[in-house]
Amino acid sequence: MITTPSQTVGPYLGIGLPWPDGPDVVPEGTPGRVRIHGRVLDGAGDPIGDALVETWQADPDGRFGTGFRGFGRCPTDEDGAWEVFTLKPGRVDAQQAPHIDVSVFARGMLNRTVTRIYFADADNAGDLVLASVPEARRHTLIAQPDEGGYRFDIHVQGDRETVFFRL
Amino acid sequence: MTRFRDDHDVHPPMDYPGYKSTALRHPKEPLIVLPQRLTEVTAPVFGEDRLREYDNDLTRGPQGEAIGQRIIVHGHVREDDGRPVPNTLIEIWQANAGGRYRHAVDQWPSPLDPNFTGAGRTLTDKDGYFRFLTIKPGAYPWRNHPNAWRPAHIHFSLFGRAFTQRLVTQMYFPDDPLFFQDPMYNAIRDERAQKRLVSAFDYEATEDHWALAYRWDIILRGEEATPTEEPHA
Repeated sequence: MITTPSQTVGPYLGIGLPWPDGPDVVPEGTPGRVRIHGRVLDGAGDPIGDALVETWQADPDGRFGTGFRGFGRCPTDEDGAWEVFTLKPGRVDAQQAPHIDVSVFARGMLNRTVTRIYFADADNAGDLVLASVPEARRHTLIAQPDEGGYRFDIHVQGDRETVFFRL
Repeated sequence: MTRFRDDHDVHPPMDYPGYKSTALRHPKEPLIVLPQRLTEVTAPVFGEDRLREYDNDLTRGPQGEAIGQRIIVHGHVREDDGRPVPNTLIEIWQANAGGRYRHAVDQWPSPLDPNFTGAGRTLTDKDGYFRFLTIKPGAYPWRNHPNAWRPAHIHFSLFGRAFTQRLVTQMYFPDDPLFFQDPMYNAIRDERAQKRLVSAFDYEATEDHWALAYRWDIILRGEEATPTEEPHA
């Protein structure tokens, strides 16, 4: 059977998709909780204020299915800013450094865009996905430490275009 | 190792000049193939705790019933090999009967309905079936091209059982006269895929003196068959 095609979330996703606890992959007060935040920007460098960023990741031991929610969801504000509060994922296996899968949905996107967050202060050696990305663009996948967490901007298009994946 | 079939060609292109907002919102660099490892073949699990009573009934407003044509929207979520997708979260949102969204950005002159928020959610049952009660949404104008109108539609969001299966899409109604000028609908190149987005009027599922009904089945990417794998139960 042919699969159901994607359509854009449109400008009114705010009615249906945000959750009060969407950004809280783990609740406030959880030991080890870090903030990962950034902005979503379009090809002109302007903020995308009506996007939704979703994250999916392993627990701190690199495992899935352990009761850890692993999922975050945050609509962008008028500055294109988003944030999630989570625990840093562990290394999933020998070929995969700690990472978070990211989906971006927005008006003007007929399908989601998919990227990955890696961490500048983690051991990223031997990661098969990073290795498959041209070296000059690899930095777009790496979140940089900042006060209380990490920063990860998503440039949908342009000189600093983030690496996006085909699943 | 689990691997989900590539259905890239089914989806609309990210760069589609007919839909103007795609211009600055599509990647221009080639996409890099992401191998399907553990992160990609797993997904969050949501249970009843995500739902409140009547979340699948959009007709109940704070002061009474929403205005418009009451409809049942129901269907079956399956993978492309026919396997049902049970217990998966479905979220929907839509305009009211007059084609107006309860959203600050939507200011066209059609009235809001105080009893219609336009958001709903449910879980598929153990066999992959879902059911909403709602109001048939109206068409509405937008600024993409001169005299542009969106065909009536309901937005759907699904998780499936893998990150690869995540899907946000729109359900349309049969024989909508506005399809011909709608870039979102027409961005889908494969006619069979386009038909997937259109619900069917379902007289059998209507309820006498209560509601009309539409059936809409949703097909998510299934697993590639691998000879070494155990057959699916």
